[in-house]
Amino acid sequence: MSKGRYGIHGGQYISETLMNELIHLEECYEHYKNDPEFQKELDTLNREYSGRPSLLYYAEKMTKDLGGAKIYLKREDLNHTGSHKINNVLGQALLAKKMGKTRIIAETGAGQHGVATATAAALLGMECEIFMGEEDTKRQALNVYRMELLGAKVHPVASGTQTLKDAVNECMREWTNRVGDTLYVLGSVMGPHPFPMIVRDFQSVISREARAQILEREGQLPAAVAACVGGGSNSMGAFYNFISDKEVELIGCEAAGKGVDTARTAATIATGSLGIFHGMKSYFCQDAYGQIAPVYSISAGLDYPGIGPEHAYLHDIGRAQYVPVTDDEAVDAFEYIARMEGIICAIESAHAVAHVMKIAKNYRPDQSIIICLSGRGDKDVAAIARYRGVDIHE
Amino acid sequence: MNDMRNSTQNNSRNNAMNSARIDTQNDMQTRNKLSKVFDTPNRKAFIAFLTAGDPTADCTVEYILEMERAGADLIEIGIPFSDPAAEGVVIQEANIRALKGGITTDGVFEIVRRVREHSQIPLAFMTYANPVFHYGYEKFFTKCEMLGVDAIIIPDLPFEEKEEMEIPANAHHVALISMVAPTSESRIQAIASEAQGFIYVVSSMGVTGVRSEIKTDVGAIVESIRKVTDVPCAVGFGISTPEQAKAMAQISDGAIVGSAIVKIIAKYGAEAGPELYHYVKAMKDAVAECV
Repeated sequence: MSKGRYGIHGGQYISETLMNELIHLEECYEHYKNDPEFQKELDTLNREYSGRPSLLYYAEKMTKDLGGAKIYLKREDLNHTGSHKINNVLGQALLAKKMGKTRIIAETGAGQHGVATATAAALLGMECEIFMGEEDTKRQALNVYRMELLGAKVHPVASGTQTLKDAVNECMREWTNRVGDTLYVLGSVMGPHPFPMIVRDFQSVISREARAQILEREGQLPAAVAACVGGGSNSMGAFYNFISDKEVELIGCEAAGKGVDTARTAATIATGSLGIFHGMKSYFCQDAYGQIAPVYSISAGLDYPGIGPEHAYLHDIGRAQYVPVTDDEAVDAFEYIARMEGIICAIESAHAVAHVMKIAKNYRPDQSIIICLSGRGDKDVAAIARYRGVDIHE
Repeated sequence: MNDMRNSTQNNSRNNAMNSARIDTQNDMQTRNKLSKVFDTPNRKAFIAFLTAGDPTADCTVEYILEMERAGADLIEIGIPFSDPAAEGVVIQEANIRALKGGITTDGVFEIVRRVREHSQIPLAFMTYANPVFHYGYEKFFTKCEMLGVDAIIIPDLPFEEKEEMEIPANAHHVALISMVAPTSESRIQAIASEAQGFIYVVSSMGVTGVRSEIKTDVGAIVESIRKVTDVPCAVGFGISTPEQAKAMAQISDGAIVGSAIVKIIAKYGAEAGPELYHYVKAMKDAVAECV
């Protein structure tokens, strides 16, 4: 069996044209992963540019209101560019630079990964092109302009459903066209090996910090860690260093959209089946003939028809559980945490908040739950207003 | 496997292949029509691609027979996929048209059944891993065998991942075609040593689609392959004119054309028959001039 397997999942289902490049990427990554100089540079960027370590904030009002476990928020929303995406992007862009690449390309859904990639490209002096579904460029016009301000070229993708999966397709096509000077900075723990491993490693800083922070604060491990899951990068980062702590529950919150019993959903574990797509074997939302389903969620960042292969494996072995959270529940949580804690979080992260609102009371007050607050919600304010029928002019 | 090409040169395959594997392949190929594609000395093959169900299943049946009449040696039938990541815009759009028209994998098998009422032309499927995986390898290749589909080409199934599909395909006498790309270099040895049916040489970087110029040194790639195996090489990606087809066939065993054919179908819809006949005939004539 090929490399990069997580149980039966993962692998390298990708065109022959890209294979040597993926092998080269893996070799370079393995080299720099163990290179103290590289790690030092990345650490400096994380601290001095991105603002790490991110805070582990005790949400006291929420805790009292929900009545149960102590709620802690891992504040990835406070990172530079406003989400966890920067953790991975700084790592990959630095790696690209070491590999001698002069150009990075990336897909984006809501625009968070695109903005983070454009930011890293500006910082490291690299050419940058972002592929974004045309539908998403309209939903997130502000982020398009933000990327352009940072010097990136944004390509609206008009094929297929014009959303995140089509942006990935187009980015793959572009990489096939030009691998020599270009690295595809993949935004989630998905795609062909070695991407799920590389992105997980760069994102695992979240749980490395959170584990030390909670031990310092509480003197014990949390009862649970909850995070939203689209492709699954913030959740994999939040879970990773807790995987061997068997007593810590790992809870991935999927976007159920209008509900898992409707076609308007993006909950892959709840509604998907085993398949091969975007370079990996994993679970995907698909029809009876293996055509990839057009998925839906209010959150553009979770609007993806698959899930990373390591998540699929954690699901198979029962190490993590994956729960669906609807648009309605996420929007309620978005408003709740804004009023309760004065934090406007990303609608993606609000999916995790919504689930913890349901379960907090099942835990004792001496237990704690960490929610990975993956991003900030400025980008979502207009969409939430529309959802509530409020007419605002941006 | 030596019967695949009328080769007077020594079998230069000097790497060891296990004998069980060779037995399977010989068995497969004696029962498989692919050997007809490249069997005549000094006669190069013309391989035509179209997307099944574009614009309708009836048209696909008609166009396959029309292209056979015009001289095509092998027809590649594209099973549409929602996300054809290796395709350029022309074939992407054909996939969308076909799926909107309601074609399914079972519908594609029905097209093949109807073609087989009239023709024994060698046939290959071209699709992505997921439609085949989801259908079930065993069920899929059982149907291929029953209907006489001789080969399958899967652009998102590289050498490292091929085994899961190759074993069930070969068990039903279907060849899994390997691709070699301009970036394959050090991988050519391994890929060629296990290749079966023919090798699909990708002429250019990027995705499928018409190109005004093919910049890759395809001749050098074919040379590297021939140091390892006698399995024939057909060149695809970017070929649209008789001159290009001739040039590529000259340095290989045949030319594969997809986007240019799909473009004709897109333009003429249900009336594309005569146009396809003329185009394929011109291409086949150009390829046939090679020696």
